[in-house]
Amino acid sequence: MRKKLGFIVNPIAGMGGRVGLKGSDGSEILKKALELGAVPESPVRASQALTRMKSIRDDIEIITYPYHMGQYEAANLGFTARVIGKTAENETTAADTEEAVKAMLEMGVDIILFAGGDGTARNIHDVVGMKVPVLGIPTGVKIHSGVYATSPANAGDLVYKFLNKSQKVVLKEAEVMDIDEEAFREDRVSARLYGYMKVPYERTLLQSAKAGSSAGEAVSMDSIASEVINGMEEDWLYIMGPGTTSRAVMDKLSLKNTLLGVDVVCNKTLLASDVNEQELLTLLEGKKAKIVVTIIGGQGYIFGRGNQQISHRVIRRVGIENVVVISTESKILALEGNPLMVDTGDQEMNKELSGYVKVVTGLGKYMAYRVTY
Amino acid sequence: MKNYKLRDYHGASWDEPLIMEVGNKGERGIIPPWADQEIREAVGDAAGLMPGPMLRKSELKLPELSQYHVLQHYLRLSQETMGMDLGADIGEGTCTMKYSSKMHELLVRADKFCQLHPLQPEKYLQGVLEIAYKFEQFLKEISGMHQFTFQPGGGSHATYTNACVVRKYHESREELKQRNEMITTIFSHPCDAATPATAGFKVITLMPDENGYPDLEALKAIVSERTAGIMFTNPEDTGIFNPKVAEYVKIVHDVGGLCFYDQANANGILGIARAFDAGFDACHFNLHKTFSSPHGCEGPATGAYGVRKELAGFLPVPVVGFDGEQYFLDYDRSDSIGKVRSFFGNLECVLRSYAWVMNMGEEGLRMVAETAVLNNNYLDKLLLEIKGVSRPYAEGKRRLEQARYSLEKLKEDTGVGSEDIRRRIIDFGIQGYWLSHHPWIVPEPFTPEPCETYSKKDIEYWAAAMAQTIKEAHEDPGYVMNSPYGQPIRGIKDYSAIDDPEKWAMTWRAYKRKFRNK
Repeated sequence: MRKKLGFIVNPIAGMGGRVGLKGSDGSEILKKALELGAVPESPVRASQALTRMKSIRDDIEIITYPYHMGQYEAANLGFTARVIGKTAENETTAADTEEAVKAMLEMGVDIILFAGGDGTARNIHDVVGMKVPVLGIPTGVKIHSGVYATSPANAGDLVYKFLNKSQKVVLKEAEVMDIDEEAFREDRVSARLYGYMKVPYERTLLQSAKAGSSAGEAVSMDSIASEVINGMEEDWLYIMGPGTTSRAVMDKLSLKNTLLGVDVVCNKTLLASDVNEQELLTLLEGKKAKIVVTIIGGQGYIFGRGNQQISHRVIRRVGIENVVVISTESKILALEGNPLMVDTGDQEMNKELSGYVKVVTGLGKYMAYRVTY
Repeated sequence: MKNYKLRDYHGASWDEPLIMEVGNKGERGIIPPWADQEIREAVGDAAGLMPGPMLRKSELKLPELSQYHVLQHYLRLSQETMGMDLGADIGEGTCTMKYSSKMHELLVRADKFCQLHPLQPEKYLQGVLEIAYKFEQFLKEISGMHQFTFQPGGGSHATYTNACVVRKYHESREELKQRNEMITTIFSHPCDAATPATAGFKVITLMPDENGYPDLEALKAIVSERTAGIMFTNPEDTGIFNPKVAEYVKIVHDVGGLCFYDQANANGILGIARAFDAGFDACHFNLHKTFSSPHGCEGPATGAYGVRKELAGFLPVPVVGFDGEQYFLDYDRSDSIGKVRSFFGNLECVLRSYAWVMNMGEEGLRMVAETAVLNNNYLDKLLLEIKGVSRPYAEGKRRLEQARYSLEKLKEDTGVGSEDIRRRIIDFGIQGYWLSHHPWIVPEPFTPEPCETYSKKDIEYWAAAMAQTIKEAHEDPGYVMNSPYGQPIRGIKDYSAIDDPEKWAMTWRAYKRKFRNK
């Protein structure tokens, strides 16, 4: 039985970038981009990814949307594509993306490969969640989500290996970030953690299946959780930021956890769930506390993307020396040497947080890593 | 790149079964005669001499083969491997695969050495103790350190010994509780992280800065009164020598920590740079790397561990001493960490190393380092001519005796990665190269080390084989990905057969069975 690859291209993604615009969501921005001579880049990059799968052309069935939402790219490379749905040739919307993905799920696709930015990732997440694995081909101007391959070629290789059931390819959970479009165009970045999707990645040889698999990541996270819990002091508050690594700490304590929000723990019991900044400040009155945060999204942010509840006021109250950064080694290494980032909204605080931090990567294991703003 | 006719190497492929599947019931290699009547009567019940609990209850399962069939079985298996005596092992970076002189084997196999028992009275061990003592003097001269032990059975074992010595040192000053952090670097050997962890320390790892050196600013930021010490290599596996290494040492000393120099990569600095001069408190050498004792096949090995006199009291017992007339084993050391291994070392490694140094002489040692560095820089020039090969960090700066390269560009262009290239070059009669320790900081890595044993031709052949393989990767990626073609085993398709620690980590299974009742 042939494998089914859901293939979806957001043809307008990335158009703003080349002509100096941020993002290409919204028909106003799109019109402006076209006036400035922007050319759709997304389809080209999508083709670069698909090329890497040419050798298994006859073993996979591509399910895709019409015109430049995948049909043309697949056909030009000689793939057999089943074209579903309807859309106007020159106008594609978020609704088109969601319709396409819904249909693909119904047809039982093994994985969805998409070309587009954070906006497209969000649209897909709304339909897919964690139901099937996805992988993004980077094409958009702004990419804060962690669901992307490092390049179109890399995306093609990963999907090829995944479909071939290569044992070197395993799945991990990656963040989908929601960027406030208006704010972004006004040079303010405001992002919230929107959700998670399952994404394939390649483990290297000699790393055992268990170590490299999501089960292996779970073992890593469990040992990080042990280190955090072992260090928990009596009567101190622990402000647990969002993310899967914090979730591991909460799971180990058997406490209810808000994956996308902030919880507060004291004496290993849950004090408050999904709190906002004001609630945190109230809880902190007269108390000693530590903040436990992890990397959210593909840009390496530990403050300011997805955990704005832990504001500079909260950090000031808790004390910078009481900030604990936790992360699996693989997530740190995915930064490829780029520093961790902070954006608390207060430049003074950003400066104070900059320098080096000891990131907890396991039981008794730390990595000295650079932080900047 | 010179044109070389590359060999069309085809390995032997015997499809040999396991030894338990060969042979016949009752077949024997040796049938020992019965003991004489007199002896049998004097001893009586021989089985009764064994303590009851040690007697087997079930029959022993041993293979049953004639001598001829045992010989044949193992010869066939040996033909299916490619040791460094057969295929140039230039690719095995950090291992320093130099020629192990077969003349040394005459020494090691001589009765006067191999029939010794470590528990013999010292007056009958004088010869071998003299060799150990004299070799220690060589290492003191080479490193600047004041005393050495040969008890550790390998490099990681030596670094573990260091972690124990550091622990004892701080304990003796009643600062151990406070000093529970050991620092290391990501490009040092993973044992520099694992062994202090085993000794009970928390471990903080430094990442490389943009030039590839361990981040000095990070070090300054993380040292404190909780620092027990630092353990790291120089040059690191990237082959970049850190000229500021003494600064790192000073920073750790200033907060009261001890500094250990992991000298696995000593081949490029022998006779040129000394651990003591950079301020280090302790160092080690791998006798099975730098000093020519055979490397591989799980030992025997020796991690010769040396310290300044202030730490000598903590060394494991016994240490070899000389009172002017006699050599002796010194057990009278109240501050010692105890033993890290039984007896006093793998003396066959010490004997070979001693013979090697005696052959080389002082000038020879320096020539080893200079030749190794020259060889590596020649290979470096040839490799960087190949499209798809890059050498990250410290652009334009020379490497010492080894270097780390990346095939990231090749992977991006063709989908062929380092593991694929490694498999294909075997078809040219070359041992598969070393990639990198985990985690991979450099993507698609390979790390060759053409030490002083290899000739210009050996180096050129190696580079030519790499060039050819990478050319094939550009022209026909699938061909390289499905290699090798002439070997007993092709690519491994099903990792699950060999890859599951739940199944293959025997000590873990035994632990679970005994302590977790699983």
